[in-house]
Amino acid sequence: MDQILGNIDLLIQFPIVNMKIIIDGVMIGALFALAAYGLALVWGVMNVKNLAQGDFVIAGGYVAWWLSRQGVHPLLGVPAAFIVMWILGWVIYKLVISRVIERDLFTSLLATFGLAIMMAQILNLMFGSDTQSIDLNYETLHFADGLIDVPMSKLIGVCMALSLAAAVIIFMKRSRMGQAIRATAQDARAARVLGIDTEKVYAFTFSLNSAICGAAGAIIVMAWVIQPFYGITYSIRAFVIVTAAGLGNLPGVITAGLGIGAAEQYGSHIFGIGYQQAIAVLLLLLVLVIRLLLQRRKRQVLQ
Amino acid sequence: MKNLAMPVLHLVLLGVIIAAPFVFPDYQTQLATLWLFIIVSLTWDMTGGQMGYNSLGNIFFYGTGMYVAAVITIGLAHNVSEYTDAAGGGIFKFTSAQYYSGVVLGSIGAGLFCALSAFIIGYVTFGLRGPYFAIGTLGVAIAAGELVSNWEWVGGGQGISMPNYPGEQERLFIYFCFAVVGVILYTFLRWLYSTRFTAAINAIRDDEEKAEAMGIHTMRYKLTAWAMSAFFVGIAGAISAFQLLHFEPLETAYQTINLGIFMVVCVLLGGKGTLWGPIIGATLFHVFKEITWNYFLGWQWVALGALIVITVVYFQEGLMGWLMAKKPEWFGIRIDSKDPASKIAEAAE
Repeated sequence: MDQILGNIDLLIQFPIVNMKIIIDGVMIGALFALAAYGLALVWGVMNVKNLAQGDFVIAGGYVAWWLSRQGVHPLLGVPAAFIVMWILGWVIYKLVISRVIERDLFTSLLATFGLAIMMAQILNLMFGSDTQSIDLNYETLHFADGLIDVPMSKLIGVCMALSLAAAVIIFMKRSRMGQAIRATAQDARAARVLGIDTEKVYAFTFSLNSAICGAAGAIIVMAWVIQPFYGITYSIRAFVIVTAAGLGNLPGVITAGLGIGAAEQYGSHIFGIGYQQAIAVLLLLLVLVIRLLLQRRKRQVLQ
Repeated sequence: MKNLAMPVLHLVLLGVIIAAPFVFPDYQTQLATLWLFIIVSLTWDMTGGQMGYNSLGNIFFYGTGMYVAAVITIGLAHNVSEYTDAAGGGIFKFTSAQYYSGVVLGSIGAGLFCALSAFIIGYVTFGLRGPYFAIGTLGVAIAAGELVSNWEWVGGGQGISMPNYPGEQERLFIYFCFAVVGVILYTFLRWLYSTRFTAAINAIRDDEEKAEAMGIHTMRYKLTAWAMSAFFVGIAGAISAFQLLHFEPLETAYQTINLGIFMVVCVLLGGKGTLWGPIIGATLFHVFKEITWNYFLGWQWVALGALIVITVVYFQEGLMGWLMAKKPEWFGIRIDSKDPASKIAEAAE
C-alpha cells in the first residue's frame, strides 16, 4: 500500500514522468488500435468475434523475427508479415471461418478460441517459449534532461502503424472492394441481390484482418517483445477497445486504443509490472459494466 | 419391465464405479481426473445447455474452490501467512484429524464460497447476453488468476502447497472423494431436470423476453442455477487441491485455456442440454486427451485445439444430438410427419 501511494506521489511531484508514461502508452496503444480495427472489421462485416486476433498478431511478429534471423532487414519484415498472414488468414477462412458465419455467435467465439490455442502451441513448438525481439540498433532520442527517452525503433514502428492505418482507411473509402465490404456490412442479403459476391468479400475481409494483425505484430517485435502465449491478452485488449468504441466508429477505436495503452502504463507504474495483464482484463469488465448500466437505463441488455 | 430397467442399469453403474479403481489400480489417477471432467461438464451444462448462457469462466469457481479449501485447511491448523512465507517447506505438520477435517470443511466451505461469488458475479454478468456473457465471464476468470498471482498472502505466483494424505492409499481416497461428489451431482441433476425449475430455465434458454413476460423472475432463476453449478465446481476444485498437493494460480488453478475450455468441448462433444451428453462427452474427451498425451508428445495441444475446432465447426449437435436425430423414438419423441429431420430441426429451434 505504501509503495502504491509512493508511486502516486512520484507522479504528482514530477509531472514530467506523466509525460513519459503517456508517450509510452500512446505508442503501444496505436498498435492495439490497429488490431482492434481488424477485429471491428470482421465483427461488423461477417459477425464473427475472433478470439484468435491476438495470436495473428503474435504469428506476424514471429514471421518478421524469423526473417530477420535469416538476414532480411527488419523493416522489410512488416510487408512480409502482411503477405504471409494474408495467405494464412485466407486458409483459415476457407477451413474454419466460412463454416461458422451463419451460425450463432458462441460458435464463432469457441471455434476461434480453439484456433487461438492451436496457433499459440504451434508457435511454441516452432520457436520455443522464450520472449523474442529484434534489436534494431537505432539510437534513442532523449528529451527533458534524459527523463523522457524515445527509441527510434518505436517511433518508426508507430509511423508505420499510422501509414498502414491510413492506407487501409483510404482503401475502404475509395476502392471498389472497400465499397463492397461496406455494403456487405450494412446488409449482406441486399448486397448479394445487387450482384456482390459476398463469399469473396468475407474471404477478403478476413484475410485483410489477418494481414493487418500480422503487420502490427511485425512492428511490435521490432520495438517490444513477443512470446507465443501473449496472444490472448492482445485479443482481450482488442475486445476492450471494440466494446468500448462500438462497431464502425473509427475515431472511437483510435481514442480507445490510445486510452487503453496509456491506462495500462499508468496501472503498471502505480501497482507494479505484475498487474499489467490484470489491468487489461479489468478494463474489459469495467467497459462491459458501464455499457450495461447505460443499456439498463433504456431497459435493454447488451447482446 | 421398463420400470425395472433403469434402477438395474444404475445399480450396475454404481458397481462399476466402486470396482473400477480396484480392477485398474494403475489408472486410479486418470479415473479420478475423469470424474473431475464429468463433474465440471455436468455443471457447465446446467447453465450452458439448459439455460443457454455459455460461460467461458466457470473455471473461476474451480480455482477459487482450490484456494478456499487450501486456506481453510491450513488456517485450521496454522497461520496462513507464515505457512505461505515458508512455501510449505515441510516445517508445518498436519495430523490426520486436521487433514480430514480440512477435506470436509474445506470442500463445503469452497462450495458455499463459490455459490456466493456466483450470486455476486452473476448479478453483474447476467445482464450480458450471448457472446458478451462468454467474454465477460472469461474476463472474470483471467483477472482472478492474475490478481491471485500477485497476492502474497496465498503464496502469489509461486502457488501454495497442501498437506500430504496421512495414509497409504492416497489415490484411492481422492478417487472416491470425486466419485461421491459425482454420484451426488448426477442424482441431484436427475431430480432437478424433472422439476419446474428446469422448465423455467429452459424457457429462459428458448426465449428470455417471453419467459419474463410469462412472469418468470428470470434473474432469480439464472442466479440460482449458476450458484448451484458453482457450488459443485467449487467442491471439485477443493478435491483437486488435495489431489495435486501443490498448485499455482495461472497454470493450475485458473487454467482458462485448459480445463476452462475443455469442459465446454466435453459438453459439445456429448450433446448440449442432455443429462448423459456431458458424461459421454467427458469420457470421450478424456480418453482422446490421454491418448494424445501418450503418443503425440509435444503436439498434444495442437491435437486438442484441432479437436475443439472440429467439434465446434462440424459436430456441434454432439453425440446425443446426433442420436436424437437418428433414433428419436429412443428419447420418447414421436414423429408423425414423413420427414423426421425437419421436425427435429423445428423442435430444436
